[in-house]
Amino acid sequence: MSTREPRKRIHLAAHFPGVNSTTVWADPRSGSQIDFSSFEHLARTAERGLFDFFFLAEGLRLREHAGRIHDLDVVGRPESITVLNALAAVTDRLGLAATVNATFNEPYELARRLASLDHLSAGRAAWNVVTSSDAFTGENFRRGGYLDRADRYTRAAEFLATARELWDSWTPEGTPKPFAHSGPQFRIDGEFTVPRSPQGHPVVIQAGDSPEGREFAASGADIVFTRHSTLEAGREFYADVKGRLARHGREPGDLKIMPGVTYVLGDTDADARERAAEIRAQQVSPQNAILALEQIWGRDLSGHDPDGPLPDVDPDPDSTLVQGRVRVADPVGTARKWRALSEAKGLSIRQTVIEATGRQSFVGSPETVAAALEEFVATDAADGFILVPHLTPGGLDDFVDRVVPLLQERGVFRTEYTGTTLRSHLGLPSPYERVEKA
Amino acid sequence: MTSTRPLHLAAELAPGHGRAAPGPDTAARTVALARLAEAAGLDFLTHDDSFARPGLDALAVLARVAPETRSVGLVPTVTTTHTEPFHVQAAVATLDWVSRGRAGWRIDVSPTGAEARLFGRRPAPPTAELWQEAGEVAEVSRKLWDSWEDDAEIRDAATGRFVDRRKLHHVNFQGATFSVKGPSIVPRPPQGNPVTVVDATRPAARETAAHHADVALIAAATAEEAAALRAELHRGARAHGRDPGQLRVLLSLTVDPDAYEGGPGALAGLIADWHAGGAVDGFHLVPVVPERDLERFAAVTVPLLAGRGLFRTSYEGTTLRDHLGLERPESQYAAGARVRTGAGA
Repeated sequence: MSTREPRKRIHLAAHFPGVNSTTVWADPRSGSQIDFSSFEHLARTAERGLFDFFFLAEGLRLREHAGRIHDLDVVGRPESITVLNALAAVTDRLGLAATVNATFNEPYELARRLASLDHLSAGRAAWNVVTSSDAFTGENFRRGGYLDRADRYTRAAEFLATARELWDSWTPEGTPKPFAHSGPQFRIDGEFTVPRSPQGHPVVIQAGDSPEGREFAASGADIVFTRHSTLEAGREFYADVKGRLARHGREPGDLKIMPGVTYVLGDTDADARERAAEIRAQQVSPQNAILALEQIWGRDLSGHDPDGPLPDVDPDPDSTLVQGRVRVADPVGTARKWRALSEAKGLSIRQTVIEATGRQSFVGSPETVAAALEEFVATDAADGFILVPHLTPGGLDDFVDRVVPLLQERGVFRTEYTGTTLRSHLGLPSPYERVEKA
Repeated sequence: MTSTRPLHLAAELAPGHGRAAPGPDTAARTVALARLAEAAGLDFLTHDDSFARPGLDALAVLARVAPETRSVGLVPTVTTTHTEPFHVQAAVATLDWVSRGRAGWRIDVSPTGAEARLFGRRPAPPTAELWQEAGEVAEVSRKLWDSWEDDAEIRDAATGRFVDRRKLHHVNFQGATFSVKGPSIVPRPPQGNPVTVVDATRPAARETAAHHADVALIAAATAEEAAALRAELHRGARAHGRDPGQLRVLLSLTVDPDAYEGGPGALAGLIADWHAGGAVDGFHLVPVVPERDLERFAAVTVPLLAGRGLFRTSYEGTTLRDHLGLERPESQYAAGARVRTGAGA
């Protein structure tokens, strides 16, 4: 090529360290997962790094294992939207994304809470729409019960459409107009209490890789939060989801694809690999190794030595041992793969779990990581990344100090915020422009 | 009769009649009002809310205010009729975390058919049933706040355990209209239990106030009437096995300090007299125009009361419970508490 196209810009988001074994708590630098100061530190760091947004996951029931509350991982978190409203006071430009379940909420209340966040943050709100189908979580809610997989997306899609009707129900001049929605999931009418918010509609994020999830994202989401963190899988997913947009009258740039990724930095690549191995050992404690095995086998394996060989028995396919987290799709196949890995390399239970699970996505010197991130985006495996640090609250510091400047030098990341709203950071059209265009 | 009880003062930020149009300036306007009240040393600020009229979500507004204030208590109205008890308690607990122990909530119900149609889930039941349900939401919220004992998080590297699961409790609550399994997803908030406020100016709410409120708001035309209402609430609390010493009764006072006979100075006289007579524990000022009336109240009325030694000149504690002189409750599931009440695990 004689003329180079302008380089594709990278979008970055910061995920507050999760309630799972990715988050290392036994490290002396590990701080509180619930004090506001931890959220403030991470959000301010993300804003110092000129990130697009800060992302909070959601939990609606503590995980249980063998009928008892799971006790090995970081647990306990705040209600997302409330923390984000507080963070709006200590940040100016950073987008604020809350994960909120469409199964255990009602459109009127949630649309109101999201519009309130958008007003109180002057246009920085985002909603990661998730669904739930499990009766275990339902035991905490009026609705209770169980929605089957197809109904979850039916409800989510109608939920989102209803929320948009509510957000659109005030005129730009500030007059409320009555709304009425009548569909299979919701029959509601009245008047919305919140005027049109700065972004019109908060940015909508969708997480989930199933065909229904992809179609739901293509039909109306602004961002897809995906788990594909290898180049090959990323490119395939990217092409598939972007390819669905035209059918919904949308342009490729209208939907950003952002995988959730982890990273480990070192002064050199070798140094980073060594640190990565140390972190994996912290993440997979002997107790966590047995637990990871039990989650696949669906059996009590507490009698096994984490430094010994894998169990001889096969997984129990009908197990209800694990509650409150996604089940492994193919336990028997996974067990077979793990056994093969263990035999081929002579690995113990713990070593097998370390080897087989939760690989760090980007490991290397700042230069190596910056180059790899750029390659992902330049070759259409992603539009950006949701970074998942493994430490609270300092886990993002080194990335912002050492990688962001390199991305800026490469001309693939902003050197200042040019707009004030999250839509402006992402280069997304206003929902009203879209309507006028159509 | 004289009283040496501390005087408590609170104010409303978003009165129905003086409400400014919600929008992009809501945050700045509310922060300015909250700082004014905080400079005067008020115990707490309420922020009214309803699904029935324009306004941002009150709990959201006060979460936005929290990092920009240091001491004043923050009490949004939270409705319990069409909301999920599990979400509501998590949001209030989170407000307590982000304000470092300054959260309360004023429980309210959504009685109208118009509000019911916004949700389309069930028709509006009679108001009495709604207040009973509100009481159950208050009860399950306390259980969920207590479902993490204070020392549940142990970070014990030797055994690989982050929490001691014996100190996390299923609440197994079964109410008339909902049930909750628990535990909460939010660790026990700084105050243990954020402060529960009930507007008992409406008779339908009085029983729920006696049973569940840390602070009850009342309306009365005379000091005698106020004293009688306070005594009635105390009797009700006692009947529910509560210590009436842990219930504050505040007179809700809609005043325009300018129109009030004698102005903001005479208002200080009325507050001092009623409080000295033991009629109430304090006052909840509902301004007509918040910007104007809170400024007058803070600039004239409060200094007069402080000058007479009746009201604090600076905050002594850091939490809303500190300001109100209310104990930080032990978790109802803690070993000590179980022994004392004779309740099972």
